[in-house]
Amino acid sequence: MNSLNFLKSNKQNFYYFLYLGLFFFSISIIDVAINAFLKINITSFLPGMLSIFLPLILGFIGLNFIRTEYSGIKSLDIINKNINTNNFNAILTLLIIFAIIKATPPSLSWMIFDANISGDTKEACTGTGACWTYVKVWFRRFMYGMYPNDLHWRINLAFILVIALGFFGFFLRDNLKKYLALYYVIIYPIIAFLVIYYLISGGAFGLVWVETGAWGGLSLTFIVSFFCLIFCFPLGMVLALGRRSNLPMIRYISIGYIEFWRGVPLITVLFMSSVMFPMFLPEDFFMDKLVRVIIAITLFEGAYCAEVIRGGLQALPRGQYDAAKSLGMGYWKMHIFVILPQALKLVIPGICNTFLALVKDTPLIFVVGLAELAGMLALAKTNPKWLGFAMEGYIFAAIIFWIICYAMSKYSYNLEAKYKTER
Amino acid sequence: MTEPIIKIENVNKWFGDFQVLKDINLDVSAKQKIVVCGPSGSGKSTLIRCINRLEEHQKGTIIVDGTELSENTKNIEQVRAEVGMVFQQFNLFPHLSILDNCTLAPIWVKKMPKKDAQELAMKQLEQVQIADQANKFPGQLSGGQQQRSAIARALCMQPKIMLFDEPTSALDPEMIKEVLDAMVNLAKGGMTMIVVTHEMGFAKEVADEVIFMDEGMIVEKAETKEFFANPKSDRTKLFLSQIL
Repeated sequence: MNSLNFLKSNKQNFYYFLYLGLFFFSISIIDVAINAFLKINITSFLPGMLSIFLPLILGFIGLNFIRTEYSGIKSLDIINKNINTNNFNAILTLLIIFAIIKATPPSLSWMIFDANISGDTKEACTGTGACWTYVKVWFRRFMYGMYPNDLHWRINLAFILVIALGFFGFFLRDNLKKYLALYYVIIYPIIAFLVIYYLISGGAFGLVWVETGAWGGLSLTFIVSFFCLIFCFPLGMVLALGRRSNLPMIRYISIGYIEFWRGVPLITVLFMSSVMFPMFLPEDFFMDKLVRVIIAITLFEGAYCAEVIRGGLQALPRGQYDAAKSLGMGYWKMHIFVILPQALKLVIPGICNTFLALVKDTPLIFVVGLAELAGMLALAKTNPKWLGFAMEGYIFAAIIFWIICYAMSKYSYNLEAKYKTER
Repeated sequence: MTEPIIKIENVNKWFGDFQVLKDINLDVSAKQKIVVCGPSGSGKSTLIRCINRLEEHQKGTIIVDGTELSENTKNIEQVRAEVGMVFQQFNLFPHLSILDNCTLAPIWVKKMPKKDAQELAMKQLEQVQIADQANKFPGQLSGGQQQRSAIARALCMQPKIMLFDEPTSALDPEMIKEVLDAMVNLAKGGMTMIVVTHEMGFAKEVADEVIFMDEGMIVEKAETKEFFANPKSDRTKLFLSQIL
């Protein structure tokens, strides 16, 4: 076996292995890349099976050589530690790299290089790629639904006002800061409701009345999510406290409520809210469909919020309750100043989870005839003039939803970091 | 002897079927310092937790400063505002700074103006020698400092009685002394104190009376010198021989 000595891993052979490994590894990457981007198979002279597996085999040998001896080279150590710890991981690494390389050219060419965006009709889309013309032409519908085109400024203005009012709290003077919670929990929702009602709905101050059936698109997604989010959180908090109450009446009502709403699917709740609910109301009593939907989703998500918050309450050590009680605090003082601030901090990730799910559940309001972003897509794709572009629409919606949800989760990370305390 | 500030008569308590307190009788007069000792599980902690009703007793009466502890929530809160308590695990509020920990209850329970509460808190923190840490959060302090803050927090309610539930058991040996010093100072100031502890040195220095509990009963209750010099029951002798 003396002749195989050069394969032994030791310090003398280290650079020999390293360069050989890097060489093999790069060849395998180059082979796959050329194949994917230029459609040239440089190993076509080999038998069929071998030419497919050649990059994998080369890459594997390469990574194996790179791994043979740990070096003092820092970047190499990082590679070995993270993606190349053993043969199995080396193969997984290669497969993932190859999959990414293989998938890049077709998706890029579909989305960008072969895509069309000019023109105003379906006929403008001549390429084999995506037809962004469709999204461009329908863009206003996707954003504002069936809302009259010349009144879109009202929606924009309403949103700007609501957002501005949301930031209002940051500029309060210090001596007014203690009313901040009151502002956000009670006053802000009311003001936001009034702004949206009078500005978007109209019917007063010389603004034309636009019925809620015409609202739609992304703006409706925002309206529904916004109100559900700010209402379901306090509701969940009350229910979570109720479920842990010592008073049997309150406790059983809370448990019953939570278990009921968690047990039914959201889609049936929405159906009930639009079909069954009006039957129980007096004849002359009218409640708008959108309001009913918002209430239904709020009640539904409130139950989920309650369980998340209860998790936080249960994670607090009993000593915190003891300490608060021993200082003479009653139930409400104890919860407001000691228990809830700590518990809510613990449940930020869980609450964020629930809220993201809520935002992504809003498309379900399509079943009662309200068309928010995804709903508008479903309408647009069945338009006879624009058949066959569902893919573009859904990718567009996916990107929009992803941006919204990613922003929300980023915000929750910030909150977590901001309120982090050591125990 | 004046009317006792704490009167405990025939108190019994069960956790399920298990009886933790059996016919406890105890009178504590104002400014008295009492040390309660005994093996773990003997009911010492439960007894002092009953005094501010963190635990409910099922039989017997407990009267604290003229107020009987019963289902009446208002009475309970009144008693708790007069009885300070220090816990084994400190139980500071980790989301508040030390100063806020101390001012929270005076401001919201006693309705003290914020400025007065802060002055009082600084004075109490000065007493336990951690005024310089006032703006730090509990997680940033050592165990001894946390326990001293907890003592200051309890004192900010200006209680008539202080209960200590094994205040040094969760501390490193080095930090025990600083906490005990704070307690000795407090005792010298004339506070009524009931202390559950295994620190016999502290008992000898401060206590007027020592109570030995075992299996939910008060086995022996005697003046401090008497207790250590010639304990009467065999159980006490055994306990003392092991702990000293």
